[in-house]
Amino acid sequence: MLDHSKEPGTEGLENRQKEQADVSAQLGEADTWKDQLKTLVRQNKLAAFSAVILILFLLAAVFAPIVAPYDHLKQSLTDRLQDPSLAHWLGTDELGRDVLSRVIFGARVSLTIGLVPTLISMAIGTVLGLCAGFYGGKTDFVIMRLADVMLAFPSLLLAMVVMYTMGGGLINIFIALSLVNWAGTARIVRSQTLSLKEKEFVEAARSIGVRQWTIMFRHILPNCLPSLIVLFTLNIPSAILSEASLSFLGIGAQPPSASWGLMAVRGKKYLFSEPWLSIAPSVAIMIVVMAFNFLGDGLRDVLDPYLKEQ
Amino acid sequence: MWSRVGKRIAISIPVLVGVVLAIFVMLRIVPGDPVTTMLGEHVNPAVIEKISREMGLDQPVTVQFFQYVFHALQGDFGTSYRLNRNVTGIILDAFPNTVKLSLLAAVVAWVIGIVAGIVAAVRQNRLLDRLFMGCALMGVSMPVFMTALVLQYVFAFKLKWFPVSGFDSVKAMILPAIALGWNSAGSIARMTRSNLVEVMQNDYIRTARAKGLREHGVIVGHALKNAMLPVVTMMVLQISSMLSGAVLTESVFGVPGIGRLAVNAIETRDMPLLQGTVVFTTILIIAGNLAADLLYNVLDPRIREGA
Repeated sequence: MLDHSKEPGTEGLENRQKEQADVSAQLGEADTWKDQLKTLVRQNKLAAFSAVILILFLLAAVFAPIVAPYDHLKQSLTDRLQDPSLAHWLGTDELGRDVLSRVIFGARVSLTIGLVPTLISMAIGTVLGLCAGFYGGKTDFVIMRLADVMLAFPSLLLAMVVMYTMGGGLINIFIALSLVNWAGTARIVRSQTLSLKEKEFVEAARSIGVRQWTIMFRHILPNCLPSLIVLFTLNIPSAILSEASLSFLGIGAQPPSASWGLMAVRGKKYLFSEPWLSIAPSVAIMIVVMAFNFLGDGLRDVLDPYLKEQ
Repeated sequence: MWSRVGKRIAISIPVLVGVVLAIFVMLRIVPGDPVTTMLGEHVNPAVIEKISREMGLDQPVTVQFFQYVFHALQGDFGTSYRLNRNVTGIILDAFPNTVKLSLLAAVVAWVIGIVAGIVAAVRQNRLLDRLFMGCALMGVSMPVFMTALVLQYVFAFKLKWFPVSGFDSVKAMILPAIALGWNSAGSIARMTRSNLVEVMQNDYIRTARAKGLREHGVIVGHALKNAMLPVVTMMVLQISSMLSGAVLTESVFGVPGIGRLAVNAIETRDMPLLQGTVVFTTILIIAGNLAADLLYNVLDPRIREGA
């Protein structure tokens, strides 16, 4: 008996998907990822080392209250501006707060800023890029001109304008960076969609009546994932640097937040007497950004050589 | 080629209009009245109304937009709330400093980037390559303000070779230029190396070597010409991004340029000045992108003849 709840002609596709799933199961989907991970570790030891560093920073951020030797907000004016010592490995700031503890808590701010706005902006860019590439015509024209406008802006100045409009604070940085950075993702996803939509599997799906939305998100999007993963890794450092820059200019995170950019600008007043106040958070930014760049480069070589050519 | 140039210019115009519109809308959705924000809550409402009328802020937003575009086309970006001066004049006063800083930074970036890139490519996978590429990645990953602060601490404070801040002499311009150029030097070095490594694997390089040309001649005479094409485009693009991205360097070294104007405009809630600086720098970026595209057309015979 026929199952009328299904779209006509989808049995063939389902059978093919089932076959593919069987093949994947035989090969072991986890093995594919494991293999890629092994290739990454074998081919690019620096990328693997960077991943370890990032995991350490992530753990430090998550378990900051346990890892940090002191409360990062606790002021002690009698201990202000102390040199690095065994009690305070990176000294204390102008309010007597332990700099190491603030750098550890700062990892929470920077990694959250790196991850959340990047995820949001990439989600926006992915949906718009898919629509532009798949539908073409006027949709493509409008979305791409919008992307052109966004890409024409100097990103830091644009983020500054958004912060001017909405005021400082971490939530507003999330919004500013999410709005600013989607255009690059949209361009890459569009170009991949343009080539993928001509492939036979898309044509096959179309010919058996699969809906356009399903083709975009279940057939084309998974094929863009390797590029998106690489792009995600490479976009995080730029978000971290943007937050640090905005906070450094005084229009990002606000005191008493332990943002690395904010710590660097507050330490600038004491640069010539206590340079570690500015340098310690700046070095933390540099290590995290470098680690993401190395990891992104390594992942690109393993997952998506096409992006490297672009 | 000229049709390509015309097409490229035609594409830039709607982008420019879109940019102006986007900035205009963004700055108009600021909560509260801009004059009240600037003067404070306790000012007489009649004074606020009078100033708003004088500035044309009582007009509908669409009228304000078209008036702004009409005046901007004539080079008038309005009057600064705080300084009570023409924004165009303020920008033009600051612009030469930003241009000087950006050009010097570009020279720093090009010299360091290209030399490091070539050496790394020639010594591929050896110690020098790893060292230079490590430094390049460090340059790309360092926040600009960190480079600036480290340079200020080491060379101005400790060694006393340069002044700590200011922009009134050639000596005072060196540290800001290095701080701004260092980051771009990293990108140029990475790109030069990867392009050169790729080009060096081509058949014509093997032929050049086979006919007995020295390695120096092969690199300079044959490989560099082709490897540098995308790098040159990138270099032009970087000048425009430096013109707009000097905000942090100018803040650390107290350079009275456009970036500092933008930061001051935000601090003093001076909307016309912020609008003017952002529109002006975005025009520079669009012009830079256009110049890079055209330069690529001119330099690459395949594109030039194909058109």
